[in-house]
Amino acid sequence: MTKYLHVLSIGVQNTLVYRVNFLFRAAFGLIPLMGTLYVWRAIYAGKADGGQIGAYTLSGMVSYYLLVNFVDALTAVAEDDWQIAADIKDGNISQFLLKPIDYLAYRLCLYLSGRAIYTSVALVPVALFTYFLRADFMWPTDAGTAGLFLLSVLMAGLIQFFLAYTLALLAFWVLDVSTFIFIQFAFEYLASGHLLPLDILPTWLAQMLKLTPYPYLCWFPVSVYLGRVTGPELWTGLAIQAAWVAAGYALARHVWARGIRKYSAVGG
Amino acid sequence: MKTLARYLSLYAAMWRNSVTREMSFKLNFVLWIVVELLWFALQLVFMSVLYSHTDSIAGWSKWEVVMLVGCSNFIQQLFTAFFLTNLTDISEHIRTGKLDFMLLLPVNTRFLVSLRKVDLGSYINSACALAVMAYAAWRLDFTPTALQAAGFAVMALAGLTVHYSLMFLLVTTSFWTVRAQGVVYGYYNLFNIARLPDSAFPRGAFKAFFTFGLPMLLVSNVPVKVLLGKLGSPWEMVLLAGMAAACLGVSELVWRWSLRHYTSASS
Repeated sequence: MTKYLHVLSIGVQNTLVYRVNFLFRAAFGLIPLMGTLYVWRAIYAGKADGGQIGAYTLSGMVSYYLLVNFVDALTAVAEDDWQIAADIKDGNISQFLLKPIDYLAYRLCLYLSGRAIYTSVALVPVALFTYFLRADFMWPTDAGTAGLFLLSVLMAGLIQFFLAYTLALLAFWVLDVSTFIFIQFAFEYLASGHLLPLDILPTWLAQMLKLTPYPYLCWFPVSVYLGRVTGPELWTGLAIQAAWVAAGYALARHVWARGIRKYSAVGG
Repeated sequence: MKTLARYLSLYAAMWRNSVTREMSFKLNFVLWIVVELLWFALQLVFMSVLYSHTDSIAGWSKWEVVMLVGCSNFIQQLFTAFFLTNLTDISEHIRTGKLDFMLLLPVNTRFLVSLRKVDLGSYINSACALAVMAYAAWRLDFTPTALQAAGFAVMALAGLTVHYSLMFLLVTTSFWTVRAQGVVYGYYNLFNIARLPDSAFPRGAFKAFFTFGLPMLLVSNVPVKVLLGKLGSPWEMVLLAGMAAACLGVSELVWRWSLRHYTSASS
């Protein structure tokens, strides 16, 4: 266990180097968000007073996008998938096969430490931005909701990680995984509710997307926060999310086991 | 005239090199086109979902906005086709000292670093963007006059010039900061506001900055408004053309100044 604590601390030190980069990234990332929010405001301004879109008031919509941004800071994979693919291509994983260290656990530690640093840096511009929009920002109704939201974000992070990990393992079979990563990301952008809240999409599309793990990366935790899922629906949702975590883990292990058989240790 | 012919033949040679390079990774070539088309489709999905809940956003109807998203993508893809990879490579040339070699060649260095590689897939993507615009025009039951089409072409060129000059200006900072990756990523975020209708933004610091500072709210809005005859006043055209000229001028000044203070990275 101690060795993974070491990995965590190395991960923290390595990512701290990029803190200015992170700050810029988080601050620049707010520009498109502001654009989107202005467009939503214009739409709501065209509605009669107290107009709603789906179940969202203007405040609900603004809060939705702010929370998406927040969940994204907490869970998005930054460089992890590229690094894993590069490790495989350059033969760097050979050393992990020889040492008593588990590559998945090692990677998970690096991911967690990277997210911890990124979030703490991104918190500055994001909190400032939220403060500007405080009139429209909704707080969770009670502590229980907030707790379940955090639990759900944690599981979202795990699904996100297993997904990125598995995708990066394609490097065992193909030369360049970057296009696969980008195609997957484009799909995720829609299906996870990043682009739009899923419940204002056409019903057939939303129903279809909810069969995939993607809504549990972003839409579900945010809906928990906003109190849009409650009662039995909430518990079923959390159970499904936990099932996706388990499935993601199993898939990651399985693909690794298959890939390692194919691995030829180029470069040594 | 002779210089122009020489530069054109140089550009033709760069084209040939790029074709050879791209065709050695055919599958990758196709997949990148797919990636770009997916993002374009996502933008269109976003707008069409918005318009399933409203008829008009700040005075823009659905197919007008599709036109705007198409135009923004058209300009962005042209930018990628001509410049993007070259500009992101510049900081690498500086870091590795490869720029020294380019400075010695008997051509204009800015021409060389700006246009060396051609991104072929982006031509296909910009054609797709034009096709979407044409479809939107058909849905609007609209045929542009020759004058409107010409105005659109000139304004789109001005928009392209703005993107190119600003990105070039930002990348020139890598003479000092060495790594310009963050800058490139940051600029990409700006494309996102270029495809939104300008009238959705209330008067204020945000709108002023992205009109007179970094004129993102002009680059694709003005061409589309010229095309559709939606201009508030003809001054908007003058403004975009002026901003394009200003951006180009400033980027040239900073580039020359940076070169004069360039001390080479290695050797």
